Amino acid sequence: MSFGHKHILGIEHLSREDIFQILDTAAGFKEINTRAIKKVPTLRGRTIINLFFEASTRTRTSFEIAGKRLSADTVNISASSSSVVKGETLEDTARNIEAMHPDIIVMRHGASGAPHYLAERLNCAIVNAGDGAHEHPSQALLDLFTIREKKGSLEGLKVAIVGDIAHSRVARSNLYALTRVGAEVRLAGPGTMVPPGIEKLGAEVHHDINDAIRDADVVMMLRIQLERQGKTLLPSLREFSRFYGLNQDNLKLARPDALVMHPGPMNRGVEIASSVADGPQNVILDQVENGVAVRMALLYLVAGGEAAEES
Amino acid sequence: MSILIKNGRLIDPANNIDDHLDLLLKDGLVAAVGKNLSVDADETIDADGKLVTPGLIDLHVHLRDPGQEYKEDIASGTAAAVAGGFTSVACMPNTQPVNDNLAVTKYILSRSEEVGRCRVFPVASITRGLKGENLTEMGELKQGGAVAFSDDGRPVENGEVMRRALEYARPFGAPIISHAEDLSLVGKGVMNDGFVATELGLKGIPWVAEDAMVARDVMLAEYTGGHMHIAHISTRGAVEIVRRAKERGVRVTCEATPHHFTLTEEAVRGYDTNAKMNPPLRTEADLEAVRRGLADGTIDAIATDHAPHHRDEKNVEFNIAMNGIVGLETALPLALALVRDGLVELNRMVALLTSGPAAVLGLEVGSLAAGRPADVTLIDPDCEWTLAADQLVSKSKNTPFGGWTLQGAAITTVVGGKIAWQRAGQQ
Repeated sequence: MSFGHKHILGIEHLSREDIFQILDTAAGFKEINTRAIKKVPTLRGRTIINLFFEASTRTRTSFEIAGKRLSADTVNISASSSSVVKGETLEDTARNIEAMHPDIIVMRHGASGAPHYLAERLNCAIVNAGDGAHEHPSQALLDLFTIREKKGSLEGLKVAIVGDIAHSRVARSNLYALTRVGAEVRLAGPGTMVPPGIEKLGAEVHHDINDAIRDADVVMMLRIQLERQGKTLLPSLREFSRFYGLNQDNLKLARPDALVMHPGPMNRGVEIASSVADGPQNVILDQVENGVAVRMALLYLVAGGEAAEES
Repeated sequence: MSILIKNGRLIDPANNIDDHLDLLLKDGLVAAVGKNLSVDADETIDADGKLVTPGLIDLHVHLRDPGQEYKEDIASGTAAAVAGGFTSVACMPNTQPVNDNLAVTKYILSRSEEVGRCRVFPVASITRGLKGENLTEMGELKQGGAVAFSDDGRPVENGEVMRRALEYARPFGAPIISHAEDLSLVGKGVMNDGFVATELGLKGIPWVAEDAMVARDVMLAEYTGGHMHIAHISTRGAVEIVRRAKERGVRVTCEATPHHFTLTEEAVRGYDTNAKMNPPLRTEADLEAVRRGLADGTIDAIATDHAPHHRDEKNVEFNIAMNGIVGLETALPLALALVRDGLVELNRMVALLTSGPAAVLGLEVGSLAAGRPADVTLIDPDCEWTLAADQLVSKSKNTPFGGWTLQGAAITTVVGGKIAWQRAGQQ
């Protein structure tokens, strides 16, 4: 079955079938990552550019390794947070890169909609590695992959997403993805961090972390940006951690076999207590591991998917 | 030089006229209005099936001249105006340099004389350099030709400054035009705050940022007795605040733009930077409230907030794109759509584009009474046309209405008794 999308701009545009196709493809790739020789020739001769306008270590490295394990040539470009700072427009930056004929651009940008902007103007495939506060599709897909791996299926699971929902692209992408595959999503965060109308996307909204995580199968904590404290969104980190942090006590409200997830990097002692982050229920490093397989699947699928058969 | 316009439906709200009447223009003035005028005119125009109205007036445009002529200048902006049926425009002071002194006001007036296609009425700034601190020399500016004062593009944040501006401008008979938003509530918002912003992951501007400032400004008008005009009103709350204030007899007027009564925040989907403006496109409920306000008299004028920007300033990521769209060439058909949809009476719509803005600014145009300036717009209310953005007369092409099929257009625009523009294909 061929993949019906040229780009991966967000989960919003993916169907349930698309999502499962990606997860199943990733499952096939996962094993490669544990071989002694971690490389297949699938994307040999293809060029992938990681175009990162925002600092990122884990996502960029994960995409880079994914490309390399498929034998693609990967190039990393780090640009300042806004192309305008350098006096070049995003369109010009992109056209310059396109002139070098990449097959795929993996892009992270601080402006919501920036990958959509490029997708309209360039011919190569665009994979969104996070745009502003909009979407982070590969993160949501690796989260789903990890949940499915641990729980066997996704349908009917209760998933709590807790923290700064308003500014989180991870929360939006996960909300789209989880509801599409039949999971129940509860969101919880301070009143200043829950954006208007989010319940219309199919989530229950809570302002008490306990209500969100009670009987949950999965508790997904979001990273709090430390600079937000004291700037009207949060009175203090201490207060946030007291009312919205995950610790051993409130985690007891969730199902005993509940998974604890975090997209990283974690603020230990703020949104998540160290004892929980290191506890038996955490799958945080599984998420990182699975990220490579999921990103291999995304690159493979947008590259056309047929190359695997040829090789 | 005389022009006789025959057989049209003449609508002149300032004089309560809506009838099939002929109109004679002579030596730059309206000479006569009557049935079957038979005079020898230098030129006779058959307006059968057309509307004949006072020349349209736009009390809120940006001509970008002096200083940003790469976006628009007085020649191109006034050419766009007459192409849209406007015979008078009031231009905002956020030029470079700011129109906060007589030299700039005089430049705008003399340059308009020289290259302009329609009348230009400069609006000077309330405060020097638009900084919100010290009042401009309003007396001299008014005497020199400024018709109103505004720091448009920015609110006057300091309540004391706004109070003094109203008090000071009052004896000079000039309104204060408020760009009403509480900047602390706007923050880094780039579109209306709400579900669409949530979905798109864009920072929102809450409606209360406008309502709160409109409430303050209306109360300052009530307190001082000065004339407060609210620019580009866009929320249901603000419309309601103005409605209640008018009932109390406060000297407050307001305007609404065609985009705020035609589009909602949904237009931002796809991150279309031509849907980025200030105030932002709002919700369906706000749009309905603006339409009701236009119909019931709460809103005094339709204004375009014509805001030309170069392609390079719009062809960027949404959050760094400039605010605003061009509006002079699309206002009339969008206003006529309100009439076709049964939301606003035709007479009222004409008033919103003629006598309404004239009254706000105290202009002698906007009426077809004998002796008034011979500014006339002939309108074909039925002709259908498709807007090609690159065909716009304005120097800038930033419109969200590109590709739209519009109905109705100005076919002949007469300024001071001379034909300033005729639509292609017209005699």
